[in-house]
Amino acid sequence: MPAIEILGLEKTYRVGFWRKRPKCALSPLHLTVEDGEIFGFLGPNGAGKTTTLKLLLGLVFPTAGSARLLGRDWTDPEVKAQIGFLPEQPYFYDHLTAHELLNYYAQLSGVAAKERSRRVEATLQRVGLPDVKGVQLRKFSKGMLQRVGIAQAILHDPKLVFFDEPMSGLDPMGRREVRDLMEQLKHEGKTVFFSTHILSDAEALCDRVAIIHKGELRGVGAVADLTSSVQSKVEVIWQGTHVPPSMKALGAECHVTGDTVRAVIDESQQDAAIDALRRERLRLIAITPVRTSLEAYFVEKLRRVETTAGGKL
Amino acid sequence: MKQRRKVTVVASAFFIVSLVASALLLHRSDQLRPQATLDEVLYLNSPKILKRASLGYDGLLADIYWTRAVQYFGGRHYDHAQSYNLLYPLLDITTHLDPQLVVAYQFGASFLAPAPPGGAGQPEQAIQLMEYGIQNNPDNWKLYYDLGFVYYMNLKDYRKAADAFDRGSKVPNAHPFLRLLAAQMAEHAGEFDTARMMWSATYQNSQDKLIRQNAVEHLRALRVDEDVTRLQAGVTRFGERTGRLPASISELASAERLPGIPVDPDGHSYKLTADGRVEVRVPDDFPFATKGIPPGYKPQPKFHEQE
Amino acid sequence: MNARIVHIAANTFREAVRDRVLYNLIAFAVLLSGAAILVGQISIEIEKLVVINLGLTAVSLFGIVIAIFIGIGLVSKEIEKRTLYTVLSRPVRRWEFIVGKFFGLAGTLVVNTFFMAIGVFAALFYVAHKFVRADALILVALYFIVLEFLIICSLALLFSSFSSPLLSAVFAFSLFVIGSFAEDLRGFAGMAHGFTRWLVTGAAYLVPNFSAFNIVSSIAHEQPVAAQLIWHNTLYSFFYAAMALSGAVLIFERRNLK
Repeated sequence: MPAIEILGLEKTYRVGFWRKRPKCALSPLHLTVEDGEIFGFLGPNGAGKTTTLKLLLGLVFPTAGSARLLGRDWTDPEVKAQIGFLPEQPYFYDHLTAHELLNYYAQLSGVAAKERSRRVEATLQRVGLPDVKGVQLRKFSKGMLQRVGIAQAILHDPKLVFFDEPMSGLDPMGRREVRDLMEQLKHEGKTVFFSTHILSDAEALCDRVAIIHKGELRGVGAVADLTSSVQSKVEVIWQGTHVPPSMKALGAECHVTGDTVRAVIDESQQDAAIDALRRERLRLIAITPVRTSLEAYFVEKLRRVETTAGGKL
Repeated sequence: MKQRRKVTVVASAFFIVSLVASALLLHRSDQLRPQATLDEVLYLNSPKILKRASLGYDGLLADIYWTRAVQYFGGRHYDHAQSYNLLYPLLDITTHLDPQLVVAYQFGASFLAPAPPGGAGQPEQAIQLMEYGIQNNPDNWKLYYDLGFVYYMNLKDYRKAADAFDRGSKVPNAHPFLRLLAAQMAEHAGEFDTARMMWSATYQNSQDKLIRQNAVEHLRALRVDEDVTRLQAGVTRFGERTGRLPASISELASAERLPGIPVDPDGHSYKLTADGRVEVRVPDDFPFATKGIPPGYKPQPKFHEQE
Repeated sequence: MNARIVHIAANTFREAVRDRVLYNLIAFAVLLSGAAILVGQISIEIEKLVVINLGLTAVSLFGIVIAIFIGIGLVSKEIEKRTLYTVLSRPVRRWEFIVGKFFGLAGTLVVNTFFMAIGVFAALFYVAHKFVRADALILVALYFIVLEFLIICSLALLFSSFSSPLLSAVFAFSLFVIGSFAEDLRGFAGMAHGFTRWLVTGAAYLVPNFSAFNIVSSIAHEQPVAAQLIWHNTLYSFFYAAMALSGAVLIFERRNLK
């Protein structure tokens, strides 16, 4: 059974004061997330990632479409006992301590009374906040608040967790910890759905990703598959500072660094490049394959849409 | 969305039931504390405190108290009340909050002084109010007129009335008839004419509906009083001449050589009783008439219904 | 009793208290003691009157201000600042949130009033040196004031469910003022004609009517209070608050959260 099934969820806002013009925040979205996977939801700012999350969590009501979470209708309040959510830049009740806040959330999620304080303590340890007893949340740094946010999302041991930009506000150590945590969650059999615009994180963590731009889904698939479908490139390095026209003709991007030139070309033109260099009597230093990153895939997907008039894939 | 529909239905039901219930309760509360906000004025010992407490919004508060005064009086009057003990405090507060609210003084002159149920029966209070009004509006001749009016009509103090009219006549742009009235007070001659002049003046000098209606009723009553006095004198003359009472009004009319059967301001003819009294047919129509009313008849003041 | 509602109410109360709302009690205490001492020195015979009038008026005014600002702050602000996201992502129904908030607010105000009441009685004792039976009427006046608070809280919640914090505060305060003059509004309605009359009459029944609640002056003069009035006010307050809360629920159920 899929953890998440999005069946044509759509959201159109009407903006403007007098004559309401429709603004489409999310075109009808069809997406499935399997049980037990880490799923990345990628897109630039304003793409519709947060809108999708808010729709799934019932914070915003769709103009059309529906969804199923853990096999049940997404509007069923009881299904929320199995769900955790970390919103972007969370804000909490200033005057409570972390313990009180988490205790409150545990109460609302239906955690049994005798379990609560144990769970709260354990979760705070887990997110790296062991010594915050008695400190009010308004005294917390951004990174600490982010950890509290994660804590409240996993506190009640949910089967499905939604993270919106989980790494924001964290230093590199913190980001590492969160990545480890997400791996742990996966090992515990949970499904993690997180949205981010930091592609390297997605690349490292996700089983599958979806890319969304301007409210439309641009691509879905396993990370490995997506990156390999892009044409691979090689990097050619030669001695000197001269860039022969024939190299430029191959469509290479050349950078001069010190007394070497680096150029990135398609793998298919490797032989042509070697010939060009030999003709020019330039000394070849190295040819290295460039592993295409998700970023390239991402940018390409976005760019193809920009250049194709109103294009869909 | 099933949950949402259920919540919507329940909440809507609650909403409607509560709305109806609270409206009904409000309706019923009229019987519980009919003068809730008004009784308060009895406990306010000083209008000055209220003025300070109003934080500078005294104009608005004055309007509110004025409205309450009018409704208070109008409502009770309609029910033929015998006491209006809140009228003076309400007008006192109103005028302290807005000393230039001339209509409030005029209202006091018309309705504080006369005896119940036409008024509160507190002429002294009326005088006090008018003097306060004059103090704050020394160039408004109408207030001197109203003061004199109260002295004349309700207290029968002709000297003070003359004094008031005299003071008023000295105000720039005063109506010339004030000087005339001052003189007439001194002689208190031609009472009917004086009274008629004064009620007509009251009618013309005010825009307030109640004050005007009151003046009209008094003018009608004056007509009746005049007519009955004249006709009664005719009955006496008839008796002296013939040694008996006239058999009917028409006999009296022809004896007096009147142009026709004398009629009251409503067009009904006067009637002559068996013991020689001239009376009106419908005493209720003339609440302020002092003559032509059957003996022992208590007139019920009946103002035209306020819309 | 729905456990989630209780938890929301308790949390609301805790947040309000931590937000130093109870510090207003200090200001209140200072004001009242100052007045009591001053009055005790100036005049004879009306010290008790002044303490009761001033004390109860202050309880009422302080409370209304708190009711509005805490009410708005705790709900409108919560919606604006998105603390609500993490709450509503849990098995909490939207209507439970509204109801829980209401009870939390009401509880805060009742506690606040309780402490203020102690202050009033203390000041009273200071100037009068003893208590008489008639002083029990002060409790009735305080009860009515609390009923007013419940109405104001429910209105604050109603406006918070769709409006920004500032606007909600303005609306709630306006309705408080209008409610104090609601009887006059009904009087105006009686004097108007035609369509205006229907409109104003409708408005007069829709706004809260506080005229029957304000017995401060009369109890200061030791006028007794009819049991029927107590019953009437309790019912009215209950139904009016229920109406405002149902409205809040209806609106909030549909609201798209930014």
